[in-house]
This record gives sequence, C-alpha cells and structure tokens, in this order.
Amino acid sequence: MTQLIKGNTGDWEIVIGLEVHAQISTHSKLFSGASITFGQEPNMNVSFIDAGMPGMLPVINEKAIEQAVRTGLAIGAQINLKSVFDRKNYFYADLPQGYQISQFLDPIVGKGEIILDMPEGQKKVGVTRIHMEQDAGKSLHEYNPKYSYIDLNRAGVALMEIVSEPDMRSADEAAAYIKKLRSILRYIGSCDGDMDKGNLRADANVSVRKPGGPLGTRCEIKNVNSVRFLHKAIEFEAMRQVEIIESGGTIDQETRLFDSTKGETRTMRSKEDAHDYRYFPDPDLLPLEITQEYVDAIRASLPELPDEKKQRYIDTFGLSPYDAGVIVAEQEYASYYEALVKVAEPKLAANWMTSELFGRLNKLGVELQDSPIGASAFAELLALITNNTISGKIAKDVLDKMFATGKSASVIVEEEGLQQVTDTGAIEKVIDEVIAANPDKVAEYKGGKDKLFAFFVGQVMKASGGKANPAAVNDLLKQKLS
Amino acid sequence: MTLRDLTLAEMRDGLKAKKFSATELAKEHLDEIEKTNAHYNAFITITREHALAQAAQSDAKLAKGAGGAIEGVPIGVKDLFCTKGVLTTAASHILDGFKPQYESTITTKLWNEGGVMLGKVNLDEFAMGSGNLTSFYGHVKSPWEKDGKALVPGGSSGGSASAVAARLAPVALGTDTGGSIRQPAAFCGITGIKPTYGRCSRFGIVAFASSLDQAGPIARNVRDCAIMLNVMCGYDPKDSTSANLAVPDFEKALTGNIKGKKIGIPKEYRPDGIDPEINAMWDKGIELLKSLGAEVVDISLPHTSYALATYYVIAPAECSSNLARYDGVRYGLRVTPEGGGLTDMYEATRAAGFGAEVKRRIMIGTYVLSAGYYDAYYKKAQRVRWLIAEDFRQAFEKVDAILTPTAPSAPFGFDYKPSNPVEMYLNDVFTVPTSLAGLPGISIPGGLNKDGLPLGLQLIGKAFDEETVLGVAYALEQAIGFTAKPQKLAGAAA
Repeated sequence: MTQLIKGNTGDWEIVIGLEVHAQISTHSKLFSGASITFGQEPNMNVSFIDAGMPGMLPVINEKAIEQAVRTGLAIGAQINLKSVFDRKNYFYADLPQGYQISQFLDPIVGKGEIILDMPEGQKKVGVTRIHMEQDAGKSLHEYNPKYSYIDLNRAGVALMEIVSEPDMRSADEAAAYIKKLRSILRYIGSCDGDMDKGNLRADANVSVRKPGGPLGTRCEIKNVNSVRFLHKAIEFEAMRQVEIIESGGTIDQETRLFDSTKGETRTMRSKEDAHDYRYFPDPDLLPLEITQEYVDAIRASLPELPDEKKQRYIDTFGLSPYDAGVIVAEQEYASYYEALVKVAEPKLAANWMTSELFGRLNKLGVELQDSPIGASAFAELLALITNNTISGKIAKDVLDKMFATGKSASVIVEEEGLQQVTDTGAIEKVIDEVIAANPDKVAEYKGGKDKLFAFFVGQVMKASGGKANPAAVNDLLKQKLS
Repeated sequence: MTLRDLTLAEMRDGLKAKKFSATELAKEHLDEIEKTNAHYNAFITITREHALAQAAQSDAKLAKGAGGAIEGVPIGVKDLFCTKGVLTTAASHILDGFKPQYESTITTKLWNEGGVMLGKVNLDEFAMGSGNLTSFYGHVKSPWEKDGKALVPGGSSGGSASAVAARLAPVALGTDTGGSIRQPAAFCGITGIKPTYGRCSRFGIVAFASSLDQAGPIARNVRDCAIMLNVMCGYDPKDSTSANLAVPDFEKALTGNIKGKKIGIPKEYRPDGIDPEINAMWDKGIELLKSLGAEVVDISLPHTSYALATYYVIAPAECSSNLARYDGVRYGLRVTPEGGGLTDMYEATRAAGFGAEVKRRIMIGTYVLSAGYYDAYYKKAQRVRWLIAEDFRQAFEKVDAILTPTAPSAPFGFDYKPSNPVEMYLNDVFTVPTSLAGLPGISIPGGLNKDGLPLGLQLIGKAFDEETVLGVAYALEQAIGFTAKPQKLAGAAA
C-alpha cells in the first residue's frame, strides 16, 4: 500500500526501486576455479586470475549461467539466448584487474515480475533485468593506521544483480520484495540468501513526489544488508528528502550510505564524483550464447515455486492466503507442513504451526530447521487433538512440556493422565456436583439469566481438570439445566 | 659456417642424427648472445642455467631415440610470455622484478616438445611500437646496417627478429597485434607468421589488445615457421577466444606446387607517395607467382584506408583497460609518495612505470571509451572493423590468398625522427587490416633495395587456412631464393 508522508505542504509519495546483489550458489568463482568457501583466512581463495596477474584470462563458470537462467525462469522473465560480458573500468585496490566484468547492455535475463502479498492484497513489482557480474575484494582498514590490507577471497565471486522497476511505494513493500525474492532464490537454490554473510544485499533508489506527480530526483542507498536496515534506511531517506524539499531545497542525485548505528543515511559520493566506467565488451570473452533447448531443460527442472505452492495450499487444504503465504515463505516450512498434513487436519495444522509452534520458536530464537520438535513429533500432538484425546487447551500445555522435556506428546499425555474425558457418565457426575453446589445460580439461570451457562461450563471444566470434552459438557449441561 | 647458421629444421634433423648435441647447440648460442648482447641488446634476460638444464634433458631423451618435435632446439622468447620463475618484463619498468608463478600455454607447449629457452628477448614496451624504440631496456639493433650504422629491427617483436637475423637463435617467439611479427621479420630479412586469431592460446601472454593479440614464430624460413606452428597451435580451454579446431600438419602443406592457386592483388595497397622500390619488389613477387603457375587476380579491399584509424581506436581502448592492473598494489613497481594515499600511489607508480608511448595509448583509449565519445569512436571503429573483415571475406570468395608488401618502407635508422606519432603508426598500414580481420599473415623476404636492405612480402589467407598461406609462401620463397645476410654478419665473417 502506498505509504504517504504527511508533510507541511500535503502528502508525499515514496518511490522505491531496488538493485539486489545475490551471490550465485556455485562451487567456484565466476571466471576462475578458485573456491568460494566462506570464512577462510584472507587471500586463501585466490587464483592468478582473481589476483589480476599479467596474462591471465577469464573462463566463464557454466554453473553460474545455469543459476542465472533458473532465477530468470523463476520470476517468469525473458531469457536472452545471447548476452555479452562488458568491462566496467575503475581503479580501486580491491579490484585487481582495474575493471569488473559485468553485463551492461545485453544482460542474460530481461523483464520479469515478483508478486508481493501485502495485507491489502497482491502487488506486482516489475524486474527490469538480471545480469551476472564479479564481486570485488575487500579492503581492510582496521589493522594498521598507515596501510590498508586487501583480502581477495571475494574478488571474482559470481553475483547476480537483480534490478527492479521503481514500483514500490513504501518501506513495507520494499521489505516484502526482498523477502519474496529471497524466498524464490532459496527455493530454486540459486542463492542461499544469507544476508549476514553479505550473500544478499540491496541498493535502494529512493525518491519522493506528490502523489501521481512527476518522479523526483533519486538518491541511491548502497549495500544495505538486512531487511530491517532496508526498512529503516528508506523511511529515513524519504523523510530527509521531504524535509529538504519543503524547506525550499532541492535533492542532489547522489550515492548514500546507511549508518545502522545512527539509523541515518549520509553522502558517500555526489553525481559529480560519479565514475565514468567506460563500459565496453570484454575482448577476452566471446558473447555468451545459449540454446532454447538448454533453457527448456532448466525450466523442466524447476521445483514448485512459492506462488504455485501457496495457491495449491489454498485450493487443496482450504488455507487462508495469509497462512498459506507464511508457510510457503521458506521451503523448510512447507516441507514441515506437508509432513503434518499427512496425519493432521490441514487447517488445524496451519494454525498450530504458524501460531503455537512459530511463537515458541521465536521466543527461543530458533529457526524451524533447528526446532527441537520435529515434524513427526508435532504431527503426533496434532493427531491427539484431531482424535479428541486431548483438547486444544491441554495440547498447548503438552507442547510446552514437549519443549521442556523433549518427550513425545503421547508419553506426556499418558504419564500425566491428560486424556480427555468423553465418558458421559463421569461428566454427568461432575455436572451434578456443580449444580448441587450452586443452587442460587441454577435458579437465576432458570429465571432467564442465559449468560450464566458459561459459568457452569467453566465450573465443570475446572472440576474435571480441563480434561472433560467441551462438546459433551455443553450437551449434558443443557439437558440438566433445562 | 657455424651451428648457429643452421635452420631449425636442420638443427632438429642434426640432433636426431646425433651430429651435435643440444648442449653444444645451446652453448654456442649462449656464448654468442653473451658476446654480442651489448651491441644488439636483443635479450633482456639470458637464461644460461635454464637453457643448459633443458638441453641436458633433451640430450638424455635424444640419446634414447626419444624426444619431442623440436627436441633440443634453442628458442628466444619474447618477454611478453610469462615464464615461471623467470623475470618477465613486457619491456616495461612497471613490471620490475616480476617473476610469474605460472607458465604461458605457448611456452609450456614448446618445453613439452623439447624446446630450449635461451632467454627473454626485447620488445617495444607492452608490444606498443614499430621500431623497438620504446623498451625500458633500451633500443634493439638489427644486424642490418646502412653506411656502417645499425638500423632498427622493427617492432614490437624487435628482439625476436634481431636475434633470429643475427643467428643468436634459429627461431623466436613473437606476438602480433597490428604487425608486430610481420613488420620486424620484413625489416630483418627473415620470416614471421601471425596465425589466425584464436589459433594460439593467449593464456600467459601479457595482454596489449586482447581482440588482436596473437602469438606466432619468427624464423629464418617458411619451413621453420611451419614446424613452430605445429607445436604452438591448438585449443586451450584456459583462453575463451581460443578456437576448438583440429590443427593440421603445417609442414605437409609445403609442397612447392601452387599451380592454379588464385592470388589476389589488392589495388588499395599502392598508396600515393609510397617508395617505388616497394612497388617494384611487389611486382617482382607477382611475376614469380605467375611463373609458378598461380593465377593472379586484381581485387579491391575498399575499406583499407580506414584500417589504421580503426586500429588506433580499438587497440588503445583495449590497452587502456588491460593495463589498469599495473597499479603498484600486487606486483612490479610501486612508488609511494610520502604521506600520500591510494590515488597518489597509483599516479606515482604509473607515471614512473610507463613510458611515453604506452601513456599516449592509455590516454587515447581512455578517451575513446569515455561517456559521450564511445559512440563516435569505439562503436564506430567496431563497425568499420566489421566492414574491413567483410572486404576480406568477399575477396576470399574469389582468391585463395592475397599478396601485398609487408611494410611501406625499408628499415630505418635510429636517427629517423618522425614528426608526429602517427608517422610511426604508418609502418603498420599494410599489416593492420589483416589483424583487424583476425586473418593469418606471413612475411617473407622479397628482396633487397638499392641500399642492400631487406623488403618484405606479405601473404594473407582465409581464417584458419594457414596451410595455403604457408604453401604459397614456401613456393614463393623458393622462387625468390633470398640468401642475403645482414651487413653486421658479413662484416664479422670478413
């Protein structure tokens, strides 16, 4: 939904486009055989090619091509059978060749789109293009006051740059876009989406305008590496721009950095300082040509994607779009869920998974894949609810005990005698005791105070230690009190 | 007559027949190189130990009747090829002290087939030049002289050509970007071939202009070039522009029979004001081809006059990017001004490390790729390059090979001072179109001018048809019967 900023001169609309850099999941770099293993000692993953040694030549990593095509297909994009690698020329100490090999005019993937599930409904965000490029190395300034050190482990690592249209209108939409994109990338295995390791990072182009008016001047916020920071950076930047314009200033097109500790953006370089990258086709590489058969084979190997899976859950399991959306967001969630519905009622399973299970995991700060309660253990608990062995209320206590003890649901129910009482004789006995103990309330109820029915239910449940079957209690109470 | 006067083929056969050993051969060359290098300056690095170790291995193999295609043959290596553990300079100050930890594909192939490295030979800095006048390691002298004064050997493979002409090596590796093998071969009265772009791997060759650079041999005759090409050519998965094609036995193409071959004579290669002796030498070549039974056909390559301008946009553009890696950060020269930052280091290192011609080309290249100029220069040059290639494609529908002069003049002296850099660039006017089209071209001695200086004839072939180029060149070489020796050698003998 468009998030309007209330300014002194009226409402302002935020316009956002994102350039996401996703590290392509491969074993080696884009143009060399060097490993891309994370967390190595500096300069351990460096070939002569990555170090820009004289006479060294790039050779394309075929796995990277396949992953870029997979990604394009997963967002319904056009795949370009011919694409070209260009050189983007600039000097920096962590760029050994003095140029980055990237795709400029002819990227491998053209227009596609990503569908966001926003609270008010679906929103489509256009993807302009996806191209492949090399990552740069890293400059380390903190070890010596006089010198900088260079770590080339990342130099030459394969990246996809996924460029969106300026279609987003709020920080929420930008956050949803990143999450959805990340989900798709992880489904198809083309990027692990690990933002902590810098394997997925975003540049945000932000401008403001009067709703429906002409586009304002944009600023680019570089290298934001978490969804939360992206949200903050966009909100800060939009407010900054509104304040400048409303106080009579103009926005300078520039590149800005987000300072996560101060929660603000600041100038990195102005347009005047912008590099002239002198792009030209890399003469060390021939144009990249792939065949339609190659593309079709990759298409046939794609897994069920989040949007397809979500629709299937809605259609076959009757889930709400919201629950379905939460469950399909991660492939691990979906496979956990699919294990549950083999034994449990699908809607019950969805509710219990997204509220009770995720709630408890959140408190522990644990991801589902590291959950102490596996899918079969959780499914057993749900089965006990479905077959009326325990009530939902008791089941929540059982789940807590499962987390605490690691015991299975049936063992806990057995050990603690929590089986639901469905024996009408036993329930009748309790009801009779409750009626006998509250003659005045019975009189009031019979005198027309219907609301007291809930009081009797509560008393019966309490007396049965919560084990009485609630439906049976309702039926019998109605008979006895009539 | 010494062992050094033998051709590569004669050395190969003599070694196999155990008439002499690889060690004798290497020693004789090394002694002469060490004795004369102060004069010729053809070698930047002489690798005596290395050569003798390789020669000893060759002798061991030869003794067993084993060994590769060029087992025990001494070779000079242009100092643009990276050689593991051996100083590799590209004749530039900026690569000071650079000893690669890897070996180029081409040199690897040579050593696998038994080649013996005598040393690294001089060149124009980063192969940019036509007279071997831009090397940080000084000028190279040709053994050819005029009025008792040494002449330039041509460039950029000037050290290669001078060494082979001066009998310091039977053969040397060269590279050719716009004529850097063919023009020095012509200037030194010897033979050099640039094969089709993609025939020889560029892996491990210090890059000048990647879409044009191509390795090739410089030798004293066509057969020796063919033998070298047999070893050098072939697909290399480490070079994405290398052609995955079978390599024929080039020596078998030297039949001497060119009856019925159609040879094109492009009318655009007789520009106004050219030295009439060049035209006369060319005409003599044409007559000899006719006498050999070839059919001579007049052809037109209409975009020839744009080739030089096109080349001097594309080659500098690529060089400006290829040479960005020489920044003082990882290897070679580093100049750090006191109190300066990264940019200061870049500026000081590159200012001190590159010579004037290299700087000029980096600046031209940077300019033609800049925003606002890219379309007018680089993009237009790429289009003209396509037109030039198309000229050749159409011509080769009618002919099997094309004969032209190699260079527009005879070799010049060190007192020659061009009025501007473009005048020097004109040396490449006949070789650059072939480079832009990626075609194979060979230069063979066509004869001597009135000053007794060698002039070269160039044969150009279809892409990947080095066989025809070599076959026609061989027949023509036999007919010309060029036997002249450089004045410096004649003087020494006297």
